Parts: sequence; C-alpha cells; structure tokens
Amino acid sequence: MISLAWLLLLLPLAGMLINLVLGRVIGRRATAVVASGTVGIAFLLALSMAPAVFGSHDHHGVTVHLWNWIDMGSLHVPMALLVDQLSLVMVLVVTGVGFLIHVYAIGYMEGDERVNRFFLYLNLFILAMLLLVLGDSFLTLFIGWEGVGLASFLLIGFWFDRQDDLYGSFADCGKKAFIVNRIGDVGMILAMALIWSTVGSLEFNEVFHELEAGIAVPTTAVCLLLLLAVAGKSAQFPLYVWLPDAMAGPTPVSALIHAATMVTAGIYLMARTHVFWELSATASTTAAWVGVGTAFVAGTMALVQHDLKKVLAYSTVSQLGYMVLGAATGAFALAIFHLVTHAFFKALLFLSAGSVQHATHELDMRKLGGLDQKMKGTARCFLIGVLALAGIPIFSGFFSKDAILLSAFGKSPLLYAVGLVTALITALYAFRAWWLTFRGTPRDQEIHSHVHESGALMMVPLWILAGLAFVGGALNLPGVLTLEHALEGVLGPHTPPPLQLEISLLAISAVVAITGWWLIRSTYHHAGWIDSVKATMKPLTKAARNRWYLDTLYDDGLVPALHAASQWFANAVDQTLIDGIVNGSARLAMNISRLARRINNGQVPTYAFSLFVGATVLVVVFWLVV
Amino acid sequence: MDSNNLFLVLGALIFVVGATGVLLRRNALILFMCVEMMLNSVNLSLITLSRMWGNLEGQIFVFVIMAVAAAEVAIGLAILIAHNRHVRNINIETLNLLRN
Repeated sequence: MISLAWLLLLLPLAGMLINLVLGRVIGRRATAVVASGTVGIAFLLALSMAPAVFGSHDHHGVTVHLWNWIDMGSLHVPMALLVDQLSLVMVLVVTGVGFLIHVYAIGYMEGDERVNRFFLYLNLFILAMLLLVLGDSFLTLFIGWEGVGLASFLLIGFWFDRQDDLYGSFADCGKKAFIVNRIGDVGMILAMALIWSTVGSLEFNEVFHELEAGIAVPTTAVCLLLLLAVAGKSAQFPLYVWLPDAMAGPTPVSALIHAATMVTAGIYLMARTHVFWELSATASTTAAWVGVGTAFVAGTMALVQHDLKKVLAYSTVSQLGYMVLGAATGAFALAIFHLVTHAFFKALLFLSAGSVQHATHELDMRKLGGLDQKMKGTARCFLIGVLALAGIPIFSGFFSKDAILLSAFGKSPLLYAVGLVTALITALYAFRAWWLTFRGTPRDQEIHSHVHESGALMMVPLWILAGLAFVGGALNLPGVLTLEHALEGVLGPHTPPPLQLEISLLAISAVVAITGWWLIRSTYHHAGWIDSVKATMKPLTKAARNRWYLDTLYDDGLVPALHAASQWFANAVDQTLIDGIVNGSARLAMNISRLARRINNGQVPTYAFSLFVGATVLVVVFWLVV
Repeated sequence: MDSNNLFLVLGALIFVVGATGVLLRRNALILFMCVEMMLNSVNLSLITLSRMWGNLEGQIFVFVIMAVAAAEVAIGLAILIAHNRHVRNINIETLNLLRN
C-alpha cells in the first residue's frame, strides 16, 4: 500500500489536468466534483496506509523512489517520497481537512464566473503541499514549498479585479504575500547550500544520519536560516505582515491555505529538521522567543480588529507562534499536535465566518450582531471553534495549547508567563468575536433582514469539522499521549513531564480561559468597572490597532529605504558605472581603429612604400643576425 | 671581376631603378613597367645564381615567374582600362574608389 504513495501526488495532478483541458467542456459543477473527488480519494488512500505506517516502529520510514532527478558530479537528488509517521499525519490533515473545505467551496463559490480556475488552483495547491510533506530531501520539499507559495499567490489574488477599503487592491495583497515569502525563501536556499556544502547530501535520512554520527555542521547558522524560512512561510515576527492581507482571498482559501495547511509548513519543517534544532541551543532559544513574541503581539492585534476574518488571521499568526514555541522548546510532537487541532478548529472558524459572509456579504463586526437567532447551525459551529481556540477544557485546543505551555515551562518560566498571558488574550479575542458577531442585538437591520442559513454543502463540512474540533484533543490526552508515541519513531523519544505538574498547569490554563470568557461577558453586559479598565488600556489599544507600528515601519522606513537604494543602483551604478564601462570600451575600440584607419588611406604609393620599408627592414635584420 | 658578379650587379641595378619608379611615378602604366623591370631583374639574378651553383632549379623557377607575371599583367591591364573608362585618367592617386 505504501508503495502507492505516488498516487497521492498523481490524484490532484490528474484533477488539475482534467480541469485544465476539459474544464469548459464538462461545466462548473463537474470541475468542482473532479477537484474535490481527487482530494477525497487521496484522503482515503492515505487512510489505508495509516495502519501499516503507524504499526511499524522503523524510524526511517519507507522511501518510495520515483526517478533520479539530479545526477551530476557529487550531487545526487532522487525524486523520492518519504512516507513515515510524521509525513502521513501531515498528508491526512492536508487531504482530510482539504477535502472538507473543497466540498464547502462547491457551495461557497457557486455562481462565481471563474469557478473552474478556482478549483484548478486548489488542486495545484494540494499537489504542491503533498510534495512538500512527502519529499524525502530538502530539494523536493523546496519544490513543494515554492509550489504552495505560487498557489497561495494565485488564490489570494483570485479576485484580482476587486478592491476595497480594508485590503486595497486584492492583486496587491497576493503580491505582498509572494514578496514577503521570498525573503524567507532566501533563508531556505542558504540553509540548503550550507547543508550540502558541509554534509554533501540533501536527503533527510542521510543528512540526519551524518549529523547524529557527529559530522561538524554549523547547526546554529543552519537553524537560524531555517528560522527565517519558517518566519516567512509560517508568518512569524517580523515577516507575519503578509498573512492578514492574505484574507483578501476567498474564505475557503483562507481556511485551507492560510490557516490549516500551508502556513503550518514551517512547523513541519522544524519538526522534520528536529535533529538540527536539538543540536543548537542558541537557535532554539531564539526561535522560542520569536514564537512566543509573535503569539503575544498578534494576539493583541486580533483583539482590536473590526473585521471578523482579520481577527481570525491574527489569531492564526498567534497560534502559529505557539507551534513554533512548542517546536523550539523541543516538543516537536506537541507542535504537530497543536498543528492538527488548530487545522480543525481554525478551518471551522474560517468556514463559519465564510458562512456568515455568504449570508450577509459583510464581515465588519460593527455591522453584525444577533446572528445566532437566524443562523443557528453556523452559530453553534462557530461557538465550538471559539471554545477550542480559547482553550476551554475538554475542547481540542485546550489539550494541545497547554501541552505546549507545559513544554515552555520546562524550558523557562518566563516563556511560560508570556505564553499564559497570550492564552488569556486568545480567550478574550475569541469570545469578543463570538459576542460581536452572533450575540447581542443586530446593529444593521438592513443586513439582518436578509440573513439566511447556508445550504447543506456548506453546513455538512462545518458539522464534521465541529466534531473534530471538539474531540481532536483525544489524539493526545495527557497520560495517554497517542500521537506522541506514534511520532516517536521520527521525532525521537519524548519524556513526559510529571503528571502532577501537568495537572496543575492545566488547571491554571482552564482558569485563564474561563476568566477570558467572564471578562468579555462583563464587557458586553456593560459592567461599570470594565470601562475604567479599558480606559487605562487606551494607549495599548491604539498601538495594537496600528499593528504595533511594524507595518508603518515597513511602509515608511524599509520600503522607501529599499526604493532609494534601488534608485541609486539604477541611476548611479547602472547608468553611470555599468553603462560607462560598456560604452567606454566601445569608444576605446573606436578611437584605436580611427588611428589604424589613417594608415590605410587607399593610396597605392603609400602601400608600396610601406612594403619596401618592411622588406628593407627584413633584409637588414637578416644581415645583422646571419 | 667574374662575369657572374657583373650579372648580379646589373640585376641589382635594374631592381633599384624599378623600385624607385614604383615609389615615385604616378602614372599607372609606368608603374606597371617598373614592376616588370623588378620582376625581370630578379629573373636575371635567378639565372645567374643557377649558373653559379650548377643547379637548374633557378632557371625553372624563372619560367614560373614569367607565367605568373603574364597572367598578372593581363588582369592588371584590364583593371586599368576599366578604371580609365570610369575616371578618364590613369593616375595612381585616383585608384582609391573603395575608400570613399
């Protein structure tokens, strides 16, 4: 069964090609079915591999060799897939959650004139994402890495002809995502170059084997470069600025690419390269602070957004920060655990938000409110997502987030403290979004009067995701640790913390989450004291609303500086120096030939004279020499 | 003085006269004749040296030179006639049409 792994890639590729060639012939509904169907079959295929993969304890996984891709000199890169527990977990999430979102998108995108193209791009994304997680070398991973970037760019700017006040031109949002990701890609390319020049291979198993055998590799440099790549793809400080703007894309795209799968590629990369991270304390500490810092900063920004999708976007950045924190503190399996539960509940939240948007054509929470009377199903699904996100006990987010906080506590209490404050903020913004959108009284009767519940195509995926978001924590219950044991083969044995400590930290987190709920409840029931608290927080609110001035810094500082530098290079360096050298050499050749031309004046006597002079000189020379 | 040396000196003298003519005269026909003088002076030297060393190769070479010179004159005169029809003179200084 595992040897059929190439089928996983072939399915979305086939879907893509069918829709590319026959899209116009078979019609919109059929393209949607083809695209969703291929992903669904891929999910079933991955599911059928699960018993064999999780049953074995071989920690090299199974390599499915397809063909020799690069074979020159000492560089050998086969095109091969690595199927092990880690990659299969990722494949299951990508195809499983991906399938649900595809089905949802059939309903959501109904009536859009470019449906064919939309599903074509989605298949392209799934193909690239599967290659990313299945590739058995850094280079094959990198093809997928770039492929998902391309798909992300195409889908953010899917409505490239639209623009509004919140996002500006949608096409520009796609461009921003692509360009910011380039910065991260530079880190990835340099890290690969460094690994290849020191280890001489790019295949995961070989590299890690050499590393464990004690070959000298500048692990800190490699890890810091990888961190740059992670910061780009997984939207970490200071490169997270593209993700909130990526919400210009259709909501299924936000759910699939910018919440559940693509942005978690960085976390997968960290888990995959865990051998490197374990060898570099400096890089791990840096990554831990980057992660927890991002989680905190993005959390505060989520708290002051008015747009529902923007709240969720900043929340995604914040949750990715948690995952980086988990991986950086050595709990790679827990980072993957949070990745999985986050994929469930964040996809659920986004799709619920999409359902709201479908019904109201509005995502500004200041104009919504009171929707739970008219959209009972969506409201309940959203509430489950909120409870999971906020970390209310027994919901999935509670277990995964607290496992990460626990791991941070083991590393440094300070990291834990920041993480805990962020957990409070998470609960605050999650419940705030719930209250503003679904509770209270409708603030815009015009919108409210047209609200209707979404159709079954959209609601069924929502309910399935709601179920997963609810029970997802069962994957890795404290004390049982199913997922951690399953991933042990790849990620190495993990010593569980003392259960007593775990239970007390769990209790603290539960109290924090419930405090968040209570604070928000007080706010929207107009408790007097909360206004004075809010008044004291005013400067902070202002800073958060201005995104902590990082975007301002980029737009007013970095971008003009780069622009000025480019101008300087274009005018001073290119036009003066480079063109000077090029034109100068041409002028030099012309002047020399002008001199030479003077000898060739076309007069026969001159030629005859030079002939005689030459002959005479030759005779004299022979005379003297011989 | 040996008669061989006399012939060699004569050859050298004719060569110098021809060369001087080529350098100083402007009439293309005169130039041609001067070139012929130079060629024949060399022929004379070749025959003399052939006789000195008792080697026939020099004399055979003279025939080759005469044949080539005849061909060269045929082409050269044809060019001169064409040129004369074109510019109505045979001054060597007007023979630079390709330059402008």
